[in-house]
Amino acid sequence: MKNLKSGNIGLACLATVVVLSFPLLVTQPTYQNFAILVLMAAQLGVAWNILGGYAGQVSLGHAVFFGIGAYTSSMLVTHAGLSPWFGMLAGGVVTSLFALAIGWPCFRLKGHYFAMATIAVAEIMQVVISNWDYLEGAIGIYLPMAPSGFKAFVFTSKIPYYYIALGLLLFSLLVNLAIERSHVGYYLRAIKDEPEAARSLGVSLTRYKLVAIAASSFLTAMGGTLYAQKELFIDPPSMLSTQLSIKIALIAILGGVGTLFGPVVGAIVLITIEEMSRIYFGSSGQGTDMIIYGAIIIVVAVYSPSGLIGLWRQAKGALPFWRAAAPQAKVGEPS
Amino acid sequence: MVHLSTELLLQTLLSGILIGLIYALVAVGLTLIFGVMDVVNFAHGEFVMLGMYGAFWGMALFTLDPLVTLPLTALLLFGFGVLIYQVVIRRILTAPMLSQIFATFGMMILLRGLAQFLWKPDNRLVSHSLVDGKIAFSGLQFGGPQLMAGGGAIVVTLAVWLFLNRTRLGTALEATAIDREAATLMGINTQSMFALAWGIGAACAGIAGVLLSTFFPIFPEVGANFVLIAFVVVVLGGFGSVAGAFWAGIIVGEVEVLGGFLIGPTYKTALVLTLFLLVLLFKPKGLMGKA
Repeated sequence: MKNLKSGNIGLACLATVVVLSFPLLVTQPTYQNFAILVLMAAQLGVAWNILGGYAGQVSLGHAVFFGIGAYTSSMLVTHAGLSPWFGMLAGGVVTSLFALAIGWPCFRLKGHYFAMATIAVAEIMQVVISNWDYLEGAIGIYLPMAPSGFKAFVFTSKIPYYYIALGLLLFSLLVNLAIERSHVGYYLRAIKDEPEAARSLGVSLTRYKLVAIAASSFLTAMGGTLYAQKELFIDPPSMLSTQLSIKIALIAILGGVGTLFGPVVGAIVLITIEEMSRIYFGSSGQGTDMIIYGAIIIVVAVYSPSGLIGLWRQAKGALPFWRAAAPQAKVGEPS
Repeated sequence: MVHLSTELLLQTLLSGILIGLIYALVAVGLTLIFGVMDVVNFAHGEFVMLGMYGAFWGMALFTLDPLVTLPLTALLLFGFGVLIYQVVIRRILTAPMLSQIFATFGMMILLRGLAQFLWKPDNRLVSHSLVDGKIAFSGLQFGGPQLMAGGGAIVVTLAVWLFLNRTRLGTALEATAIDREAATLMGINTQSMFALAWGIGAACAGIAGVLLSTFFPIFPEVGANFVLIAFVVVVLGGFGSVAGAFWAGIIVGEVEVLGGFLIGPTYKTALVLTLFLLVLLFKPKGLMGKA
């Protein structure tokens, strides 16, 4: 952080104040809900970024981690009466173990093949959970609305969800930052950019990819629990669909893969587009929202492969604040 | 009783082959596109959807049978495939894999949205087609349209195979798939070859859609039923191999139908995808992969 300029510190302080006071200033539940959606999406994008961005392993099956996290905490609530806070951690652990079991064989697949394998795993799990009576199958799990309160992770107001989502996002960013600045981050970038060279220097590719998938899936599972407690209902299509997996990846890609704040930017833009097109065009079921959404994805993919942050850097020249988080600016620097 | 169950088994096996042939035809286009330029097309199912709507509108507007309008639909899809290549794909050939995945994924969403916008999200059916009813053959029963579709898929797949292996243009396309730079040095215009691959790929999927249209509901998101299966067929057959896709299509059709019959229809997709994972992990080159 030594290269932060004073202007950027001012900007950061302003942003902090706006973000912290948002739900107190803006009291309409619709807008509060919108802000929560953005924070939750950003958190998932940040989690995905650890595996997809830093380690370069493109997962199109992250919904499976989201779903397992949510199902674990929800089952612990409905069957064991345990607090969702405990469920959030338990869900993270269960999901990480699942992710390690999946990652261990799949990490030898490259590029497209790995991406397709992750789609397959998520689709299989969606079928399995849809037919699993103990998990309420296709019906889904309804979570109790009462008692409400912090311990029960149930609130009648939107405001607590906002701060929890914000806290989870900040935690995920910190994990991301910690990984980026540790030796793991250097190895991950080496694996992504020069896998052969990294291997010849004795970096165990699989071991660091496994660290990345464990962290990424743990955070994604925590996001799943938050979603479950906010909606108080989960079912396989809403938790485990490939559409959701792709949306999670898209958040990071839209903002900028492998950058700290890319997924945050991506989430703001993507959720805004999604909600706006849904509100203004989506009610009639005409598909206009999908047309706009699809067109934007194509335009970003074709014209700005490095995402909006990349576009911003091109436009304004590299800003120190962003560069501090950018992996390519650090390659070659000593730790 | 034993006799009865043998008949049932035969019936199941044959229906697996029939649907497998359609999967093969859808996958032929996908494997061609991948083989020639290493781009995975997530919008491939949407070509099937467009072919289905082509058949539907031919019938609804001009009361022309899907089989009559098939050549025109195939031609339109060919043109559409070339257009997509020229407008979008050409620009991402050297882009990172992520951009390629998301460009075609965006196309998938866009085309589904367009279909919904233009043609309503309702389920449509082509009724009163030329080929209709059932055909009984020594105790086994077949739907006429299904037999027609299977037969049509064999003919088109064979035509593509012959084109690739027996014509100059097809050989040039194959050469581009094997070594892009060497092909350029031999005077092959790789850009036209890529466009050709997209044209043929879209046309094959579109023809599969036309063949399906008389017995499969038509709706904007129908492509979702075929795109994952087509990936499985491509991987099992070996990326870029038309002959591989043909046999793999039949295997996938059998796994789906037999698995659905023995374990339960809700698990058939999971079974096919499990097969997919096993092939990816243990035989990544597929049955007839070249790479």
